[in-house]
Amino acid sequence: MSYVSKSPWIIHYDGSSCNGCDIEVLAALTPLYDVERFGIINTGNPKHADIFLITGGINERNISVVQEIYNQMIEPKVVIACGVCACTAGIFKDCYNIIGGVDQAIPVDVYAPGCAIRPEAIIDAVVEGLGILEEKAKKLEAEKKGA
Amino acid sequence: MGKAQVIPFGPQHPVLPEPIHLDLVVQDETVVDVLPQIGFIHRGLEKLVETHDIHQYIYVAERICGICAFGHSMGYAETVERLMNVEVPKRAEYLRVIMHELSRIHSHLLWMGLAADAFGYESLFMHTWRLRERVLDIFEAVAGGRVILSYTLLGGVTNDVDEPMLAHIKDVLAGMKKEYNELCNAFLKDTSVKNRTVGVGTLSQEEAIEYGIVGPFARASNVNNDVRCIGQGAYGELSSFEPILDTDGDCYARVKVRALEVLQAIDIINELIDKIPGGPILNPVKGAPEAGSEASGILEQPRGEVYYYCSGNGTKNLERMRIRTPTSQNIAGMTMALKGCDLADVNMIVLSIDPCISCTER
Ligand code: SF4
Repeated sequence: MSYVSKSPWIIHYDGSSCNGCDIEVLAALTPLYDVERFGIINTGNPKHADIFLITGGINERNISVVQEIYNQMIEPKVVIACGVCACTAGIFKDCYNIIGGVDQAIPVDVYAPGCAIRPEAIIDAVVEGLGILEEKAKKLEAEKKGA
Repeated sequence: MGKAQVIPFGPQHPVLPEPIHLDLVVQDETVVDVLPQIGFIHRGLEKLVETHDIHQYIYVAERICGICAFGHSMGYAETVERLMNVEVPKRAEYLRVIMHELSRIHSHLLWMGLAADAFGYESLFMHTWRLRERVLDIFEAVAGGRVILSYTLLGGVTNDVDEPMLAHIKDVLAGMKKEYNELCNAFLKDTSVKNRTVGVGTLSQEEAIEYGIVGPFARASNVNNDVRCIGQGAYGELSSFEPILDTDGDCYARVKVRALEVLQAIDIINELIDKIPGGPILNPVKGAPEAGSEASGILEQPRGEVYYYCSGNGTKNLERMRIRTPTSQNIAGMTMALKGCDLADVNMIVLSIDPCISCTER
């Protein structure tokens, strides 16, 4: 991936995380790590977002919320599971209210482990996500032409 | 008066990183009633004591909340130590309190940043978070982690902090203090901040007592419930400790209390670093708590008083572990403060209690 054709906007949702990963996601947006220099902006509106950063596992109560946010996002979209909780439910795996990682609710494109995930890992994951976003966009384009 | 309508707030909302859902009943632009719904982050952590033994549970306790991670591990460890009558070395007590006060600085700065974001002062948000990174650097140098530290062990702490490092912490704090005072100027004197906070979401002293609210939220309404005053652990060795109180009970008072608490925390850390005794840092805990033994403990966390209860059953696993967190107390006060406010102020008031949903729901 030599260049990106657009600046991706992200949306962040806290599944059932302990906050550790959430504050790291926010830290990635602030001056020390500053992902804004790549044009990445945090938005609150799923319809504006290209990348869905989700922290924490899925439980009975939030599974519908997560699916709702995912469905409201417009194609092409990429889901990044931030932190080991979002990947596999991590330390909370044995809890009675936890269903599992984010992939139990929606398809995940990039798994970024770490407890808590480091901002560098988040940036790496987003950059990887950008490549996937680009590919998905191309595929969509080709389908449109074919139709 | 127009017809009453219900406006949903959350669970996914830009101003809060965490999910809480409020049904706001509004009439014209005024909020007349608030119905909170919680449970989006409930995991069931208290039950994990059945599968994790007392030593392993420290790492679970830490993950009750990533912001006061160190506080929870410390509070849990203190309670289990009391349950098993373990003496903690003095130096470890000092190190714990130093780390805990550093967490308070990081937590309050984090909150001040989010508050700045809530009243639309983006650059102030960025500056507070920039300053906060210095505390995280100290954490990383001491414990190896930025937010989840795993620094506590039953009976002490994992590793010592040597003299040069302690001196370095003092240096960093001295440097921070200067920049922090400039930030404080913006938070406490800027008219655009005052316009959004003064007189917003007022809670009187009587209401604060009636709803049993805790932490800086209560102290802003002139209720002194800072449990650091009791002087547990190294807090008892401070030459003096005066909780920071304010009488106005509005959002501005809450910003002010937290802003001053950061300076107070810096002073506490400096004093403890000057006084810290030498000696061992760990008194290893062996065996298991006796059947039928019970212990409880309290700790003043950045958001207020946390209560811990543990009981043993003769095995390595606890029989029961219970935590009461500050936000579960404060949500009642928050709904009270929201009634009668403008719809546009909801963000600010919700944030002003510094909600920590993941503690509340565990
Ligand atoms: S991965 Fe660790 S830090 Fe992140 S939400 Fe889970 S427990 Fe918290």
